[in-house]
Amino acid sequence: MEQTILEIRDLVKKYEDETILNGLNLQIRRGEVVVVLGPSGCGKSTLLRCMNALESIQGGQISLEGETVEKSSKNITMIRQKIGMVFQSYELFPHKTILENITLAPVHVQKRSLSDVEEEALALLKRVGLSGKENAYPRQLSGGQKQRAAIVRALCMHPEIMLFDEVTAALDPEMVREVLDVILELANEGMTMVIVTHEMQFARAVADRVLFIEGGQIVEESDPESFFTNPSTQRAKAFLQTFEFHKEQKKDS
Amino acid sequence: MQDLGISILFRGSNFVRLLGGLWVTIRISLLAAGLSVPLGILFGLFLNIRNPAAKVIGRIYLDFIRIMPQLVLLFIVFFGATRAFGWNLSNEFSAVLVFTLWGTAEMGDLVRGALISIPKHQYESAQALGLDTLQTYRYIIIPQTLRRLIPLTINLVTRMIKTTSLVVLIGIVEMMKVGQQIIDANRFEYPTAALWIYGVIFLLYFFTCWPISRFAKWLERKWN
Ligand SMILES: Nc1ncnc2c1ncn2[C@@H]1O[C@H](COP(=O)(O)OP(=O)(O)OP(=O)(O)O)[C@@H](O)[C@H]1O
Ligand SMILES: [Mg+2]
Repeated sequence: MEQTILEIRDLVKKYEDETILNGLNLQIRRGEVVVVLGPSGCGKSTLLRCMNALESIQGGQISLEGETVEKSSKNITMIRQKIGMVFQSYELFPHKTILENITLAPVHVQKRSLSDVEEEALALLKRVGLSGKENAYPRQLSGGQKQRAAIVRALCMHPEIMLFDEVTAALDPEMVREVLDVILELANEGMTMVIVTHEMQFARAVADRVLFIEGGQIVEESDPESFFTNPSTQRAKAFLQTFEFHKEQKKDS
Repeated sequence: MQDLGISILFRGSNFVRLLGGLWVTIRISLLAAGLSVPLGILFGLFLNIRNPAAKVIGRIYLDFIRIMPQLVLLFIVFFGATRAFGWNLSNEFSAVLVFTLWGTAEMGDLVRGALISIPKHQYESAQALGLDTLQTYRYIIIPQTLRRLIPLTINLVTRMIKTTSLVVLIGIVEMMKVGQQIIDANRFEYPTAALWIYGVIFLLYFFTCWPISRFAKWLERKWN
């Protein structure tokens, strides 16, 4: 059960001369839910994008189930099929219906039969509360619905691990819940996940482990209870206080 | 006779001659459009190459064609090329050539615009799903580009049909010219001929271009 699924060693990521990630190390076990926190611009999105080789890396190594994840590698499309990713901005394909969005990759990339995939897609859509939306186009859905459809699209590839990059950041507050509930349910089913979020309550509820990134490295790493109640580094404390501050200001006004 | 100016249309083969003129217009436009679209797609891809030299060359071509009035281009090709190189280009060939040069530039710019208007995220979410480059273009990028492109292309074709009326100036007898000939020939018999003939020409242009631009609008609404 304690098997490592994703391993990152000494990861270095630079944009031109700017070093974003500087010798980052991370091991993720199968079934683990890791929440990545850190100030804006610290490289959380960059880390996730490196994990499925949307970015080239300048040092270190990333491996998924022992296979190297590298942008230029020949079997990168094989590896990416095992990694589901949901981005912040809705990135459904606008010219395809919800059902077509979901079935495209399983049918054309994994060569599975359309009827099987459709059946599975409809079942998953039902589970996330999107029954009846299968023939709608993305523009006809609300932000929260689009994000749930994007999650289903990733799940339908049967990934080994799911990456979520601030999937609720662009949503109206009342739609955040419906999306987070879906992710929470996935966590309960034992899906391995890496989640970047600004929803601290949710982070605390869903995480098995919290990472705090600053200066291109993981500066604090602990279970959610100790991280949120008693962070050990000054930086993490300061970070958490920024959320406290916002809350108290709201109460006053 | 004089008060029934409209009857000029039905005198002799006048109406058929006008339609013949329209056909010349359409033939030149269709030939030029048929060549411009594929060449323009290639030119658009060329404009998207990240090579700076390709950018400069593409830009110069585009700007040159845009700055030059089409009439000047027509004269350069038809009269200029004949004098300078001793080529004996027929006037219709020159017209198709000029409208193709122009259409390729415009079409290329449309293709370039359509390609860069596809957000980076579309490429990335396709890649994240395991699609390779070919599949990404085939299923995601090209269909979306075409959707944006088809209405714009159709509008370009209607612009081309209207602009071909310039070819009269290098001696091609198209619809406007036929109209003038009819009017001149009947100047004394039918003083109001100009009104009727130009009215009919207006309608013929209208009924050629209108369905095309309606179709473009319909596609646009269907896809957006
Ligand atoms: N394509 C790029 N080219 C150059 N610099 C980039 C690029 N993408 C990101 N950066 C820089 O890398 C740094 C990390 O960006 P990243 O998006 O990973 O931060 P983040 O932790 O996700 O921030 P946020 O919480 O605001 O989403 C930032 O300073 C950003 O400006
Ligand atoms: Mg980010």
